[in-house]
Amino acid sequence: MSTDNTIKPIIEIKDLHKSYGTNHVLDGFHLNLMEGENLVVMGKSGSGKSVMIKCLIGLEQIDSGSILIMGKNMNAISREDLDEIRTEVGFLFQGSALYDSMSVRENLEFPLRRHTKKFGVIEDTTPLVLEALRNVGLENTINLMPNELSGGMKRRVALARTLILQPKIILYDEPTTGLDPITSKEIILLMKTIQEKYKTSSIIITHDIDCARVIANRMILLIDGINYAEGSYTELAATKDPKIQAFFK
Amino acid sequence: MNLIVKIVDPLKAFLLEVGELSYFTGNFFKEVFKPPYEFKEFLRQCYYIGNRSLLLVGVTGFIIGLVFTLQSRPTLEEFGAASWIPSMVSVSIIREIGPIITALICAGRIGSGIGAELGSMRVTEQIDAMEVSGTNPFKYLVVTRILATTFMLPILIFFGDAIAIYGSYLVESLKADVSFVLYSNQVINILEFSDVLPATFKSFFFGFAIGLVGCFKGYNCKKGTAGVGQAANAAVVYTSMLLFIIDFVAVFVTNIFYDL
Repeated sequence: MSTDNTIKPIIEIKDLHKSYGTNHVLDGFHLNLMEGENLVVMGKSGSGKSVMIKCLIGLEQIDSGSILIMGKNMNAISREDLDEIRTEVGFLFQGSALYDSMSVRENLEFPLRRHTKKFGVIEDTTPLVLEALRNVGLENTINLMPNELSGGMKRRVALARTLILQPKIILYDEPTTGLDPITSKEIILLMKTIQEKYKTSSIIITHDIDCARVIANRMILLIDGINYAEGSYTELAATKDPKIQAFFK
Repeated sequence: MNLIVKIVDPLKAFLLEVGELSYFTGNFFKEVFKPPYEFKEFLRQCYYIGNRSLLLVGVTGFIIGLVFTLQSRPTLEEFGAASWIPSMVSVSIIREIGPIITALICAGRIGSGIGAELGSMRVTEQIDAMEVSGTNPFKYLVVTRILATTFMLPILIFFGDAIAIYGSYLVESLKADVSFVLYSNQVINILEFSDVLPATFKSFFFGFAIGLVGCFKGYNCKKGTAGVGQAANAAVVYTSMLLFIIDFVAVFVTNIFYDL
C-alpha cells in the first residue's frame, strides 16, 4: 500500500495526549490513515489502543492534540456534524455491543431508520438488512435475539450492523478477542473480503499477530503511549528490537 | 484530623453526587424539548413500565386495603364509629398510603429495573454503540424512560388506590354486609379536591424521581458486573429516600395552601 504524501489522509491524528489522573495513556501519538488502507495498531493490553480509537470517534475526550476525519476537526465540531461523520465511520466493538432487547433485524434497522438524511425514509428495510446479513453469512438469523447467538455470530451480526450504514471507514476494536482460532480466522477473512468489496479504509486494534499478518497494509506498534515503530508486517517482523520482536514470537 | 477526613470525604462525595444529578436533570430538560422526539420508544416504555407493574401494584393495593380495614375495624367498633371506615380508608388511601406505597413498590420494580438495564447497556458498550451510530443515547434511553415513569405513575397510583378501596369493601361486605353502592358513595362523598389534587400532583413528581434516579444510576454505571448491581441497588435506595422527601415537601406545601 502506497502512502503517497500528495494523497490526503482520510484520518489524521496529531500529537494526541490522553491521561487518567497521573496515568499518561497516550503521550503524543500520531497516525495517518490513507484511503483504502488497512492499518493495524498493535500494543500490549492496557497500552491505550482502545482509548485511542475511542478518542478518534469522540467517545472519550482528548487532553490535547488534533483529530481530523475526512478533513473535519473532531475537537471543534457540532453534535449534528459529529453524528453525520459517525454515519461514515463504522465501529466494531470488542464485545459486539448488540442491543440485547432487540432482535437481529431490529439491531440492523436501528441505525438505518435514524439516518434519513443519508438514506431517505426507507419503507421496507428487509432487503438492506438481508444484504448486510448475507455479507456476513448469517441471513437465517434475522429473527433471532442476540442471546441466541454464539460469540462468533454476534461479532458477525455486529459487523453487519456496522456495514448497513455503508461507512467509508471501519474501526475494529480487537475483532478476534475471545473467539476460538477457527472463528477468529473466519472473522479476519470476512474483514478482508468486506474491505475488498466496499473499498473501506480500516483501523484495526489488535494484539492478534495472525490477524495483523493477514490484514495489515501497514502496522503501528503503540508502546508507552507513542508510535514506537511503524511499517509493513514484513518490515517489523525483520527488526531485531526485542520490544518489537515480543509481538512476533 | 482523622475525624475531619471521616466527615469531609463522605460529604464531598455526597455533594459531588448531588451536583452530577443536578447536571443530569438539567440535561433532561435541555433534551426533552429538542427534536427529534422518540415517541415510539416513549410509548414502548409506557407499556413496559405501566403494564408490567399492574399486577404487583394491584396485589399490593388489594392487600393494603384488606389489612387496613381488618386492623382498624375492631378499634373503631369499640367507639361505635365502624360506619366511618369507608371515609377513613378513602381519605388515607387517596391522600397518603396509596401514592407513597405504590411509589415505593415502583421504585423497587421500575427504578431498579431501569438502573440494571441501563447499567448493563453501559458495561456492554451498547450505549457507546448507540452513540457511534449517530443516535443520541441520552434522548433515546433516558428522556423516554423518565417521561414514561412520570406519566405512568399517576395511572398506577390511581389503579392501586381503586384496588385498595375495593379490598377494603370486601372486608366491610363480609363483616357488616355493606352494599357496594353505599360503600362507594361514602368513599367518594368524603373526598374533596384538596384530597385528590395534591395527591395526583405529587404522584407526577414521584414518577419523575423514580425515572430520574434509575436512569442516573444506570447511565453513569461504573465498569463491571458489580457496577450493574450497585446501580440497581443505589437506584432503589436513593429513590426511596427521595420519595419521602418529596412527600414531606408536598404535605408541607399543601398545608400552606390550606392555611391560606
